[in-house]
Amino acid sequence: MTAIDRALPAMRPVGVRSSPLAAVAPWLLGAAILLALPFVFPSRTGFTIMNAIGINVVFALSYNMLLGQGGMLSFGHAVWFGLGGFAAMHMMVAIDKLALPVPVFLLPLVGFAAGLLAGAVLGWPICRRAGTPFAMITLGIGELIAAAGLMFVTVFGGEEGIKGDRVVGPMLFGLDLGPQGGVYWFIAFWVFAAALAMWAFTRTPLGRLSLAVRDNPDRVPFIGYDPQRVRYLVFMVASGFAGLAGGMAAVNYEILTPQIFGALTSGNVLLMAFIGGLGAFYGPILGAVLIVLMQSMLSDYTEGWQLYVGLLFMGLVMFAPGGLASMVEGGARAVRRGDWRERAPAWASGALAFAVLAAGIVLLVELAFRAHGGGALRLAGLTLRPGDAMGWIIGIALVSLGAGLLRLLTRRGHDGDTARPA
Amino acid sequence: MEVVVFSLLNGLLYGLLLFMLSSGLTLIFSMMGVLNFAHASFYMLGAYLAYAMGGQIGFWPALFLAPVLVGVAGALVERYGLRPVHANGHVAELLFTFGLAYLIEEIVKLFWGKQPVPYRVPDVLSQPIFTLFETTYPAFRVFMMVVALLMFGVLWLLLKRTRAGLMIQAALTHPHMVGHLGHNVPLIFMTVFGIGCALAGLAGVIGGAILVTEPGMAHSLGPIVFVVVVVGGMGSLTGAFVASLLIGMLQTFAIAVGASIGDLLRLVGIPVAPHGELTGITLAQIAPMLPFLLLVLILIFRPRGLMGARET
Repeated sequence: MTAIDRALPAMRPVGVRSSPLAAVAPWLLGAAILLALPFVFPSRTGFTIMNAIGINVVFALSYNMLLGQGGMLSFGHAVWFGLGGFAAMHMMVAIDKLALPVPVFLLPLVGFAAGLLAGAVLGWPICRRAGTPFAMITLGIGELIAAAGLMFVTVFGGEEGIKGDRVVGPMLFGLDLGPQGGVYWFIAFWVFAAALAMWAFTRTPLGRLSLAVRDNPDRVPFIGYDPQRVRYLVFMVASGFAGLAGGMAAVNYEILTPQIFGALTSGNVLLMAFIGGLGAFYGPILGAVLIVLMQSMLSDYTEGWQLYVGLLFMGLVMFAPGGLASMVEGGARAVRRGDWRERAPAWASGALAFAVLAAGIVLLVELAFRAHGGGALRLAGLTLRPGDAMGWIIGIALVSLGAGLLRLLTRRGHDGDTARPA
Repeated sequence: MEVVVFSLLNGLLYGLLLFMLSSGLTLIFSMMGVLNFAHASFYMLGAYLAYAMGGQIGFWPALFLAPVLVGVAGALVERYGLRPVHANGHVAELLFTFGLAYLIEEIVKLFWGKQPVPYRVPDVLSQPIFTLFETTYPAFRVFMMVVALLMFGVLWLLLKRTRAGLMIQAALTHPHMVGHLGHNVPLIFMTVFGIGCALAGLAGVIGGAILVTEPGMAHSLGPIVFVVVVVGGMGSLTGAFVASLLIGMLQTFAIAVGASIGDLLRLVGIPVAPHGELTGITLAQIAPMLPFLLLVLILIFRPRGLMGARET
């Protein structure tokens, strides 16, 4: 693998036309997964988690439109998500109060319109700058809107937020939105539609130009385009899709509070998109699935789940800036080239070393959490108390072993998943 | 009168606390070209370390030891975290510091729990130093102002009047040239980063005792420190000082003035309802928004800030 080869972004180069089947296959697979999921996880918790994943998938994909495809690092993406959500929520209340003949099913479109409009108005000053100033302005706007959210009580409901009822208005496709299972089909439809639309956007001339603006804004004017204008248009579309995700959230949760505008929401979507991988279209989907699963499942077992998310994020920033998707792409490339058999041992040993390291870190973190007042840690017939040295020694040994192994593997130049990209 | 004097004092106090944080950040900012999201987290670390050590060795040794430890931690982060990531560009660096801030907050929660810790100043400093309009003013606040002003003086002299300071200033703007002259630029960067973090740690030791020492303290101050650095201008110590005081005063006075938007409009002759949705909003409610409004306006209309030499 040459250095140039390795530096290539994971996304397929422009102009490479794959066979129609290869282009349609991922979407068919996605649709099949969406159709099969409710039969695999028919429980109430299952639906709750799947609905949350769906909302975050759309949100993270819209974020990647900015950061991954447009090179715009935003710390205020929650603004568009929240504004879209509140617009949809007010519409839902209006459907109930004024008996409007608008189906709740279409509310994400209201969110989309609100996000697009807000992005068009606020995006104009925001997009006048790029790079770090852009990031700072989005941070400022994010904090401004978050503060304003608590101020305008009639619009955002103050601390209590705004409540709505999704079982109003006419039904569409005979779908009853009352039960969680019904909402799942609503979410699934919009996830598929929004993902398809966003993917189609990457294929438009504007989507292509946004890649050019990301990679070389100085050259773009030479081919006759204004980078600032391109950024502004992409920003508007991304805000629209964030608003669409907000509209989905409004229908799913039936309550929104101004907290939605907070830095937590903006930070979360950044984590999801980055951990999943900015270089591939499907990256943020992986990230959203992983983070929501960690949020909902891990939090039952440990107080420290956010610490693990943070560690994962830092590890990826430092050692695999391509995120999870770059590992998938690496594997797919090796399969295409047919040399995956030679690489498999390196991958396996890398994964093993990583597992050892992760086990050590988890052990240390869990012991530290139990140091103030918690009970003992019971693992595989072993009882470890934070007061005893035993657990700490095992933890430190595992961490050093794993880190040492990883270092050894990357030094030897194995091109495994753990290898540092050039 | 009383309100004005106390608002002035509080604004000064808050502004000086902001300056203690932003002085280091502005140097780091002009050095990396990237705002260090984790800067306020080092401030938090300083407060927690001083709390933890204060119980063992007393407040005064902790006042010196905690910033040193934070500075060492900062230097290590620069050497083993930020420097390797630098190769991947500005966005990667920004993401790194963002993740670091997240991680430090979680680690603090891991060791000290989610509730505020009872971090107090020693008795010598908590007694009143003078009485104004029958209200006493605690000595610790005056102590903090003195420390901040001293810091400004020492830093300014260090940067402008010593050889090391000249080297740092040169390395901020022309790192390659300084490297060609035979100076170890990465070492300079590591030192500046460490010192900046140590200053934030010192601010934490003092600020943690005046405000609250809790895991959310970094997040509540962090964004405002950014505002100070951007408004003051990149790499400008004086700019950071002026901007800190400006924002400190702006926020305290907005809170102290009880007027609402409607009151102000009526004052200039526009008759509006006093308690409407929009006109009933008081300046105190707007106060937290003011710094960010300033940030957005400055970035759009005067990108180099009040006293910066270069654009952000």
